[in-house]
Amino acid sequence: MKRPSGKVFRNDAYAKVTGKAKYSDDLKFFNMVHAVPVYSDYIHAENLQVDTAAAEKSAGVLKVITAADVPGSIRFGQIDQDYCMFAEKKIMWAGDVVALVVAEQRSQALSAADKVVVSADPLPVVSDPEAALSPESPIVREIKNSNLMNHHKMRRGDAPQELKNCDIVLQEEFSTQFIEHAYMEPESAVCVPRQDGVMEVYGSMQHPFSTRRFVGALLGEPLSHIEVYQPPTGGGFGGKDDTAAIVCARAALAARLLNRPVKLTYTREWSIRESYKRHPYRLNYKVGIEKSGRVKAVQVRMISDGGPYLSVSPWVNWRSTAQCFGPYTVDNVYADVLCAATNNPVTGAMRGFGAPQVNFAVEQISDIAAERLGISPLEYRRINMVKQDGETVTGQVLDTHTVSMEQVMDRVAGEIGYEEKLSRCTRGTSEDDELYGVGLSISYRGSSLGAEGMDFCSSVINCQFDGSILLETGIHENGQGSESVMMLLLAEQLGVRLDRIKYKRSSTSNVPDGGTTVATRGTIMGGGAVTAAVRKLKQLMADNLNDVLQCRPEEVRFEDDHVLGPDNESKITWDEAMQHLFLKRVYPYAFGSFQAPDVSWDEETGQGDAYFTYVYSCQAVELTVNKSTGKIKLQNIVAAHDIGRAVNRAMVLGQMYGGITQGVGMALSEDLEIEDGKFAHLDLNHYKIPKARELPEITGIIVENPDPQSPSKAKGIGEPALELIAPAIANALYNATGIRYRDMPLKVNPEELK
Amino acid sequence: MSTEQTTPVLTVNGTEHALTETELNMNLLDYIREVLNLTGTKNGCGTGACGSCTVLIDDAARRSCLTKVSSVVGKRITTIEGFEQPDGTLHPIQQAFIDAGAIQCGFCTPGMVLSAYSLLLKNKHPNREEIRKGINTNLCRCTGYQQIVDAVEQASKTMYP
Repeated sequence: MKRPSGKVFRNDAYAKVTGKAKYSDDLKFFNMVHAVPVYSDYIHAENLQVDTAAAEKSAGVLKVITAADVPGSIRFGQIDQDYCMFAEKKIMWAGDVVALVVAEQRSQALSAADKVVVSADPLPVVSDPEAALSPESPIVREIKNSNLMNHHKMRRGDAPQELKNCDIVLQEEFSTQFIEHAYMEPESAVCVPRQDGVMEVYGSMQHPFSTRRFVGALLGEPLSHIEVYQPPTGGGFGGKDDTAAIVCARAALAARLLNRPVKLTYTREWSIRESYKRHPYRLNYKVGIEKSGRVKAVQVRMISDGGPYLSVSPWVNWRSTAQCFGPYTVDNVYADVLCAATNNPVTGAMRGFGAPQVNFAVEQISDIAAERLGISPLEYRRINMVKQDGETVTGQVLDTHTVSMEQVMDRVAGEIGYEEKLSRCTRGTSEDDELYGVGLSISYRGSSLGAEGMDFCSSVINCQFDGSILLETGIHENGQGSESVMMLLLAEQLGVRLDRIKYKRSSTSNVPDGGTTVATRGTIMGGGAVTAAVRKLKQLMADNLNDVLQCRPEEVRFEDDHVLGPDNESKITWDEAMQHLFLKRVYPYAFGSFQAPDVSWDEETGQGDAYFTYVYSCQAVELTVNKSTGKIKLQNIVAAHDIGRAVNRAMVLGQMYGGITQGVGMALSEDLEIEDGKFAHLDLNHYKIPKARELPEITGIIVENPDPQSPSKAKGIGEPALELIAPAIANALYNATGIRYRDMPLKVNPEELK
Repeated sequence: MSTEQTTPVLTVNGTEHALTETELNMNLLDYIREVLNLTGTKNGCGTGACGSCTVLIDDAARRSCLTKVSSVVGKRITTIEGFEQPDGTLHPIQQAFIDAGAIQCGFCTPGMVLSAYSLLLKNKHPNREEIRKGINTNLCRCTGYQQIVDAVEQASKTMYP
């Protein structure tokens, strides 16, 4: 490969900028056939009948697969095994698939799909999460005979009692909407039965290991019989887990039944219809504050819409619970976070994972409280924010890393000129057509899975005797640049040239299951695993090369593509080192694993060491609002995040810009318009993600306090970037108009400005 | 002689392709991907919303998903595969995308590069607002566009110093 010179390192940039990168739908195999899904017009229905006779007779059709053809489990899931991969007896939501048509040509499969006849008896549609939890509601979630999917609690101090004694008590209610991930590449899978009985899976997915479990479940085959490769993935943002895995599983089933390669590529319409969404939340806060500005007690109830299948709703809700009052220290907290089953779209993981909804409320409350107290929003935050060795609402003492909440906030406030600009906000009164406002928000985010999951990851370094190096980790490339980060860390720590390193094509049959590439855990966990493997490799090399270098093993150093003794007299090149190891019949191979430091959680009290470290963030925005049209125009954004250490600076900034932009979409334009479980639209013409002209210039500030909890000293940036721009925009909107907007997407009615 | 003259032809990346009746009825995106196997042009939505399928038709950026092959007979089509020099040297716009860190998942990248090319043909030194306007037809969910704007700005300086 010709690697172009450049300032930014990405191992996949050349392939992607030339169109040579092969995504799943770009793959063709000999004798490959095509599958398409069939949906029904029902939202909630029973006595499902699927008549495939006419479709089976349609030209080119090889098979129409339904639930009756599944050799393994029809249902699967990451927590509960409730997600129906083929609808069986009942329809639970608009995205249920009743059949898969497989034909020689895709066009033949598409026309046959129209001939599948579906009938069922409609049931009442449960679409309001609050109503779903009332005893009168029809039961959606029959496996538990209850629509309550999840209930997390926090019981810290005595909030209900303390609220009675507070000088100020705020009562605030907020709501958020369904959000579509809108990755540019719709789901696609190509499955190829191999002669040794293994099913090869090529798919657009975030998590090959998770995909392998779904495929194994549907086929009823062990994990060793399935090898999942991840071609370049055209974006994920948390959204290519369950659904993308199920697309792979269905294609694998068709390939198994027909013993031919099968491609199943989704249209955008199917992608929006069937992929899970970000949970809509309703949040009710009661916040008690002393005259001093100190928050004394918080009582909160959140209810989220889980759709019919559980997916990872309890984990999403858990993060909302652990971070239920933002980055503030409060001694009395009483929180209930509920998830209700409905017949609305399935909700699951999306970048931010239960934090953007909470921050939208909490950071508006911060500004509301500051105004009531008559102090600056910065001052209110300074009084209440977590500090070095301070305590979180979960009772965790933050003494193992630098708590940089104030540093990060000051960097943003200084850069944008917050205090001065705040005094110039129009608050609804302006001679001009345009109202002006500035707004800010802060957050902290627990890194990686925390107490929600088993957190470990591995890496393999396989040095070749010609001097080249193969690297792999259990973390996967979703477009964020994880492979490049791992390569940079290896080159740096091993002191070798970057161009020696080749990142191996990922396969679930090589490196052990490293968990899912989620939760901003790629850099911290994968980087930890690489660091551990490098340590082992260096030890092995030192033990076997110290005689050549005439020193003790602990004196051996690795620098500038050389292996050296204590002084620069004795040194050999990397290539020579490999030759020496070959002659000694020693493999320069290392396996390293990183287990996240211990975390803890008490389900009854919601107390514990929720995460082993935190990323600290602040974002601010300036905007104008047109008085006659209500149109909101963002003018400037500044963001700062303490990510421990930046491994690949341009990519860190890219994550910031991209995360902020997704947050802008959530705040201002994105709305799936679901009514009674039905989608109003299934296209990107109506679901409006931000375009280039709708964004202002963004200034990204990288704050680096190396984190002792992370072997590479780096944390992560994927999710922190997204989780706090929406409340900053809402605060700026208030400062511009004098009106508090509590429901997303934020819409200004110009009538209210008069 | 007369049949040769009436055979409809499409020129893609400098190569002429005779079109069959079936191919004439295809949309340009499917023809490029499925018949010519040029998979650098992506299908992101099929409804003209995302711009991942952007190709150049006589140097103008157009959405191939909404274009019938029959409507572009005789025209010159350029896809991302036709964008490098024959020796593999990248076009300055491609190089600028790499240098500016404008690539993440890469799915929108080919379309973005072609839209940027079309913009720079019309306006050699666009300011950042004009660049945003020029790529407003192309959606990207990863980058927030900022480094793409940086890349087009850099490319403009390289191409027209």
